[in-house]
Amino acid sequence: MYDYTDFDEAFVRSRVAQFTDQVARRLDGSLTEDEFRPLRLMNGLYLQLHAYMLRVAIPYGTINPRQMRQLAYIADTWDKGYGHFTTRQNIQFNWPKLPDVPAILSALADVQMHAIQTSGNTVRNVTADHFAGAAADEIEDPRPYAELLRQWSTDHPEFQFLPRKFKIAITGSPNDRAVTAAHDIGLRMVRNAAGAAGFEVGDGGGLGRTPVIGHLVRDFLAVEDLLPYVEAVLSVYNTLGRRDNKYKARIKITVHETGKAEISRMIEERFAEIRPHFGGADQALLAEIRKAFAQPDLRHGPTEAYEAFYKADPVFRAWADTNLAPHREADHAIVTISIKAHGATPGDATSDQMRLIADLSEKYGYSELRISHEQNVILPHVHKSDLAVIHAALSKAGLGTANVGLLSDIIACPGMDYCALATARSIPVAQEISTHFEALKLEHDIGPLKIKISGCINACGHHHVGHIGILGLDRAGVENYQITLGGDATETAAIGEKTGPGFAYDEIVPAIERILRAYLSLRTHREETFLDTFRRVGMEPFKLALYQTEGEQDAA
Amino acid sequence: MSRYTPKVVTANRLREGDVVYQTADDRWTPHHQEAELIEDEAHAQMRLLHAAAQKLLIVGAYLADAKPGPNGPEPTHFREAFRTRGPSNYNHGKQADLSNV
Repeated sequence: MYDYTDFDEAFVRSRVAQFTDQVARRLDGSLTEDEFRPLRLMNGLYLQLHAYMLRVAIPYGTINPRQMRQLAYIADTWDKGYGHFTTRQNIQFNWPKLPDVPAILSALADVQMHAIQTSGNTVRNVTADHFAGAAADEIEDPRPYAELLRQWSTDHPEFQFLPRKFKIAITGSPNDRAVTAAHDIGLRMVRNAAGAAGFEVGDGGGLGRTPVIGHLVRDFLAVEDLLPYVEAVLSVYNTLGRRDNKYKARIKITVHETGKAEISRMIEERFAEIRPHFGGADQALLAEIRKAFAQPDLRHGPTEAYEAFYKADPVFRAWADTNLAPHREADHAIVTISIKAHGATPGDATSDQMRLIADLSEKYGYSELRISHEQNVILPHVHKSDLAVIHAALSKAGLGTANVGLLSDIIACPGMDYCALATARSIPVAQEISTHFEALKLEHDIGPLKIKISGCINACGHHHVGHIGILGLDRAGVENYQITLGGDATETAAIGEKTGPGFAYDEIVPAIERILRAYLSLRTHREETFLDTFRRVGMEPFKLALYQTEGEQDAA
Repeated sequence: MSRYTPKVVTANRLREGDVVYQTADDRWTPHHQEAELIEDEAHAQMRLLHAAAQKLLIVGAYLADAKPGPNGPEPTHFREAFRTRGPSNYNHGKQADLSNV
C-alpha cells in the first residue's frame, strides 16, 4: 500500500501540532466553542449525544496490520476497547475525551493515519471497491487513482470551504460494489473501443433527504484527464452551489437547479480551461503511486485440502458459500470477515478482534486488509489452503458468522444511540432483526438480501439503496420507522420506494417478517432473490402483506 | 393560552463530553433528577445565558423539555431520556458510570 513520503509525514505531523495547540487554547479559554468547533471538525472530532466522537480516515478502505493494531491500541488506551467501522470505510471512536485527542492523533500519525477531512465542507474520504486489487472482475485496481485524488484534495486551498461536503467513490470493476451512483462524483472504470482504460463519470448522486442517482456526465474520461476533470466539476460546484441553505447545498441540487445539460457544458468549459495547466506532474505522481499498489507476490499451490474440507464440514461450507468472493487467481479467495455477528452492533470490532484480524492478515493475507462500506473487514488475498484455519480462528473470536450478503449483514448508522443528528435509533433495530431471523433459522432460506437502516434523513445507513430500507424518524415524540423496498446500491442502482405509513419501534421487526414471508410465498423458485421478486411483482403484494392486519396504523 | 412547558438546562462537559444538567445551586450534575426544573420562560432564558457563559466547563447548552416526577425532573422526549442513560447497545456512558457511584 501507499507509504507516506516525507512531505505527507511532515504535513500530518504539523496538523497534529496545530490541533494540539488549538485544544490547549480551547481548554484554557483562549478559544470559544464557536471558534473551536470548525477547527475540531476539520480534524474529525465531533460532539455527539453522550461524548465526543473521533472519525479516523481509512483512505479508500485500505489499511495494514500495523495500523489495525494501532487502532486497537487507541481503543484500549483512550476509548472503551472497540471501534465502529462506517459506511465511508472509516472508523469512529465513540468515547474520546477532548484533552486526549491530541495524543490519539499523534498515535495515528505514528502509523501514517489521521482524521483530516473526515468532516467539514471538503472532499471527504474517497471510497473504493473493497475488493480492489483482488477481484476477478476488475479492469484495474482503482486505488492508485483514489490515492491521487486523496493527495490532490487534502488541504486543497480552493476546496476547503465548499458549499457542502463532497463525496467521491471509485470502482475498477463493472460490478459496482462502491455505490458510485449515490456519490457527488462516481467513477466507474471502463474500456473504450480501443481497449484503453478510463472512467465513466457520474455526477450529482447522493442519498440524504433528496435521494438522487447520479447522472452520466462523461461516458469515457481518459485516465490522464482525471484530476483536471474532477477539479472542473468541483470548481463549477464551488461557484454555483448554494451556501444560503444547507439542505440545498449538495451538488445534486446544483445539478437539478442548473440543469444537466447546462452544468455538463459548464464542466466541459472549465475543463478545457484548466486542462492545459496540468503539465504531467500529476501523471508522474500517479506512476509513483502505482508502484505502491503493486500486487503482492502470491504463493501458488494445491487447493485439494480446501476442497476436501469444504465437502466435509457443513459449518465451514456455509461460511465459504457466503463470505468468500472470487479472486482473480483461481487458487486464492477474497475473504469477507463479518463484523455482523447475530445480535451484535453492525461494524463494531473489539480491540482483541482487531488484533486477531491483523495477525491473520500478516500470517495468511500478505499483510493486506480492506474495510468495506458495508461495515465488514476484508482479507483480499488468501490462498484457499489457508481458509480452514482462518475460519477456525475467526470463529473463536466471534468473527466467523456466515452471513455476508444475507439478511443479518445489515448496514446501520449509529443512530440515536450515539449521533446528535439522529431522530431515532438504528442499532437496536438491526440487532433485533438479526436475532429474530436467526431464531427462526430463515436467513439462508431467504438468501441474498440487503437491509440498510438510517436513524435520520441524512441516510448514513444508505437506506434508500437497501433492498429493504428502514428510516427511523421522530413522529410526535415517538420513534417511527418508514420502510422502502426495491433499492439497489450496485450498477443497477435504484432508490427504494416507500411502502406507506411507518411503524413503531416494537412493530418494525414483525413488519419486516411480514415482508419476508410474503417474499417466500411469492418467489417462483429459491434462486429468485428478494430484489428479483420485488421487480417482478412490484409493491402491491408487499403492501398487502404489510398493512392488511394493520388497520389501526397512524398515517405517518 | 398554552402553559409554558417546563425546561431543564442541559449541556455536555467540555473535557469529557458527558451529558450534564444545571442545578438550582449552579452545579453541573450528571443526574437529570437533580436539575433545576424551570417553569418560567424568562427565568429559563436567564438560566440558559448563565449556563452558556461557563465556556470552560460545558459545551452546547440548551433548554430541554422536562416534567416534574416523584424524585425530581424527568425528560419528556425519548432523545432526552437516552441522554440520561447512554447508548442501548452497550452498558456504556452514564448508565454504567453512575451505577458505580
